[in-house]
Amino acid sequence: MKAKVLIRPRQGILDPQGKAVERALPALGFEGVSNVRVGRLVELETDDPSKLDALCESLLANPLIEDFEVETYDDSSAEPPDSRSSGPLTRPGSS
Amino acid sequence: MIGVIQFPGSCDERDALAACERVGEARMVWHEETDLSGIDGVVVPGGFSYGDYLRAGAIARFAPAMGAVSEFAARGGPVLGICNGFQVLCEAGLLPGALLPNGGLRFICRQVDLVAESCDSPFAAELEPGARLSIPVKHMTGRFFAPEAELDRLGAEGRVAFRYAAGENPNGSARDIAGVTNEAGNVLGLMPHPEHAVDPLTGSDDGLTLFRALARQPSPA
Repeated sequence: MKAKVLIRPRQGILDPQGKAVERALPALGFEGVSNVRVGRLVELETDDPSKLDALCESLLANPLIEDFEVETYDDSSAEPPDSRSSGPLTRPGSS
Repeated sequence: MIGVIQFPGSCDERDALAACERVGEARMVWHEETDLSGIDGVVVPGGFSYGDYLRAGAIARFAPAMGAVSEFAARGGPVLGICNGFQVLCEAGLLPGALLPNGGLRFICRQVDLVAESCDSPFAAELEPGARLSIPVKHMTGRFFAPEAELDRLGAEGRVAFRYAAGENPNGSARDIAGVTNEAGNVLGLMPHPEHAVDPLTGSDDGLTLFRALARQPSPA
């Protein structure tokens, strides 16, 4: 089983990286962009998806300061959900 | 004998060792060591342990030596975590809270004034509440964070060892907190670097007091 873990700063916690990106955008002509938050994406393969939440809580994310979402999908599916897509993270068809 | 933990990626362990040796005996403890017998106090030094991969301190907490440090702390042994060491101790659950990227997102390297608040911990044996120490900070990820209720509790329980002096908070730390202790008081995490303030030649020797207090600690049971 393959999985993607999306980790981001918890709501309410100042994200200076997001702020820096947000402030840079108007200089490039991208107006009207707000609430930019920068997180990270971890891709992995696991034999035991039931342990993913525990794994995230104990290492991949620090629950005090970060939220995480886990998305799993079958190895057999030809293509993983495209992380470059502008669509929502969890799409129909991914389990 | 004070043990200074050395991880791959530590960079302040030699200054920490030198600071300890000014006031007593000290030796380096490689991160794979698990035997702390003969060690009366531990310093977890600054740097970028294991490259700070994932999050600062997140990987170092799994080092074999950190298991031994946790047991040492549970027996009441004094443990001083400085900068990256503070981050490691938070990740290991030995200290409350977490350290976030600086509010200004810049690496900060400068002298700051600290004010001692609670002086119950063994590290503050020579200090009175309100004492000011001039000690440098140098970090990218030093913004102390804990939920509001936890911050209230830390203050009420006398576990805020140091705050940045008024107007000197360099990184946006919650309530100007620069250093906190665990519940028992024998583990102290500090973002500024007392090991870089041990000789007037470099501007201040105010950091020496913490190492003197550490060196005088009796061996844990």
